[in-house]
Amino acid sequence: MTHVAIADQIEEDHEPTGFVRKYIWSQDHKVIAIQYAITAIFVGLIALVLSGMMRLQLGFPDSFSFIDPSSYLQFVTMHGMIMVIYLLTALLLGGFGNYLIPLMVGARDMVFPYLNMLSYWTYLLAVIVLVSSFFVTGGPTGAGWTLYPPQAILQGTPGAGKGIILMLVSLAIFIVAFTMGGLNYVTTVLQARTRGMTLMRMPLTIWGIFIATILGLLAFPALLVSAIMMLFDKLLGTSFFMPAIVSLGESLEFSGGSPILFQHLFWFFGHPEVYIVALPAFGMVSDVIATHARKNIFGYRMMVWAIVAIGGLSFVVWAHHMYVSGMNPYFGFFFATTTLIIAVPTALKVYNWVLTLWKGNIHLTVPMLFAIGFIFTFTHGGLTGLWLGNVVVDLPLSDTYFVVAHFHMVMGVSPVMVLFAAIYHWYPKITGRYFHNGLGKWHFWLTFLGTYAIYLPMHYLGFLGVPRRYFAMGDSNFIPESAYSLNASISVSAIIVGVVQLIFLFNIIYSLKYGKKAPANPWGATSLEWQTPDTPPRHGNWGKTLPVVHRWAYDFSVPGAKQDFIPQSVANEDVEMNDGSTFTGHKED
Amino acid sequence: MGFFNDLTVKPWLQSEKIDQATADKAPLASPGKTALKFFLAVVSVLFLLFTITFLSRSQFGDFQALAGEPWLPLENKSQLWLNTFYIFLASVVLHGASKYAGKISARRHTLLVAIAIMLSFVFIQGQYQVWQMMITNGYFVYSNPANSFFYLFTGLHALHLLGGVFVLLRLLVIYQQKPNKQSFSSALALTSTYWHYLFLVWLCLFALLTSSTETFKVIAELCGF
Repeated sequence: MTHVAIADQIEEDHEPTGFVRKYIWSQDHKVIAIQYAITAIFVGLIALVLSGMMRLQLGFPDSFSFIDPSSYLQFVTMHGMIMVIYLLTALLLGGFGNYLIPLMVGARDMVFPYLNMLSYWTYLLAVIVLVSSFFVTGGPTGAGWTLYPPQAILQGTPGAGKGIILMLVSLAIFIVAFTMGGLNYVTTVLQARTRGMTLMRMPLTIWGIFIATILGLLAFPALLVSAIMMLFDKLLGTSFFMPAIVSLGESLEFSGGSPILFQHLFWFFGHPEVYIVALPAFGMVSDVIATHARKNIFGYRMMVWAIVAIGGLSFVVWAHHMYVSGMNPYFGFFFATTTLIIAVPTALKVYNWVLTLWKGNIHLTVPMLFAIGFIFTFTHGGLTGLWLGNVVVDLPLSDTYFVVAHFHMVMGVSPVMVLFAAIYHWYPKITGRYFHNGLGKWHFWLTFLGTYAIYLPMHYLGFLGVPRRYFAMGDSNFIPESAYSLNASISVSAIIVGVVQLIFLFNIIYSLKYGKKAPANPWGATSLEWQTPDTPPRHGNWGKTLPVVHRWAYDFSVPGAKQDFIPQSVANEDVEMNDGSTFTGHKED
Repeated sequence: MGFFNDLTVKPWLQSEKIDQATADKAPLASPGKTALKFFLAVVSVLFLLFTITFLSRSQFGDFQALAGEPWLPLENKSQLWLNTFYIFLASVVLHGASKYAGKISARRHTLLVAIAIMLSFVFIQGQYQVWQMMITNGYFVYSNPANSFFYLFTGLHALHLLGGVFVLLRLLVIYQQKPNKQSFSSALALTSTYWHYLFLVWLCLFALLTSSTETFKVIAELCGF
């Protein structure tokens, strides 16, 4: 159902003046998006450095005195949690969700701008609490990003004192922030679309963000529940998750709690989280591919249905993370089946991206390179997911580097490829300037090839049985010498890829000032954000009147039309045709 | 057209038909209502998951229900019933305040909201008394999982209610500064829905927390725990 955007009240739209109201306590969705993005990228860089430290130890064991077993586990934990929650979720939804939703649906802002601002500041608080755990006695938690009890809160685990408390509190604060933001995103999509913007005319980016937000709203409570209950166990001595246990020779007061219960709760959040990250990426990559291949997205409706279906299915696959925890074989069968079923809509999306490229007028721009790179990395990560979804294959491979390689390909590298594609794609709109193309291409090739140099050999290490999360391999006879040299090579690649990201950072900062001025619609895109009267869009986005939408977002290379794209805001009668006739729309075959 | 009907539209065709249909639609602007629906869904998932963990945990040997035997602390439910009455009354008062907003004076309107806030505080105070009673009788938060869940559930419910009270107080302040009856009563309608919801949640929690071990066994069997 579409209607006049509720934000179309220009007389109430007082543009803030003064630095503080405009850039700090700002209620403008674009500023909030950039605040989210900067914070997320900053904290992501910390996580990147942590992964570099892990790789130093793994590649060159015992060469660095500042990495001991405890700090190694802390690096693993903080790297994982920061990357998944504080970088990917925050950047994809808080950053791109905030920037793109109002612009792509034709609204002036989010429907609750004040709440939106509050969401960012609460997120920042969560980040500060998290980062502060680096500075407390005992350091941050080293329980692994899954924070499994009982070890997460027991003495002997690094950061089992203040570290784990700060982690749980930070997660709870993050969830509050996400809920405030998420309510805004879904309400804006449902209530503030401009005239003519029906649900099925929305670009796939918005579909991805919309469904991912609903997933987040329904899945994050599971993490909140587990965080609250674990805090109770830690601080008040309850036994929700803690069984009767002897720790360091001492019998503790706990009794009867169920660690498996925590695992169910955690993964009931954890698996949808994969799609909270993936769905916005799916959406954005679809738009990047269609725009830079000058072709309508293949199977738009299927793409939307796939997003909805993946969203629904993502809630019934969680226990495939727990095969080794033990479960009724029928449950194992059920979760293996649902896991394999989810591959159907996912594969459908991959085919549709490839078919969109097929016979397209492909422009190998930097965003397009990253988008094509994503198709490769996602397919690789997805295929190994099919393996691991089967109980009998998962059991021997679980807790090996095969799993590490799988999930990094599918939900590390792939979303990051899309993030780069998206940043390069929307950069001219956000800043009004072009990025440096040559640097962008260097960034792509080094990152793309570098990630393969890191993760392909990791699959092999997994087959050899090299266990993950280990600080050192010790005298393990089953691990051949070649595995150690492979580890060294992976580490060198990882450090190169890490350093290469400085090219990206330099590019986006340098181009802010020295980049060539970009026109309003440099890629010839159809969606609404490229049709704003100002670039970068000003407060209120649309000047005096809101745009009216007349078509879907994928009218590229329409036969007979003068230009190879028709923006969503152009009516049929305004489309310039080669023969001077009036465009009458597409006809059903 | 429902959501799933919308999904069958072929957006690359029928563009004039869609244009016409959307042009005819009257503006429908109720973002607060939509956001509240989603918020209640989030809170429901939260309480549902806690309930599932409760039922699952109730099947472990060390779980001792808080009611079902004469000596158990929640066997005497008089204080809990009284608290239930307070939150019910708060809910009814808010409902009245939002429903009859057009027919009563601004002063009465404000008064009704103030009464609802007061009743909510009385409810929370009543819950606190039950906490005190539990602690006096040695039912500490850590001594049994049933106790832990009791404090957890009631505390969480009270926090949600306090959140609502904060919103109501904010509404009152805004109303005093900028008396806009229409926006005040539409906001009140949302808060009254929230109060009804919290009342229903409390009824479920009340039933859950005061059930006997046998009842938990039956529920758990039905749920397949």
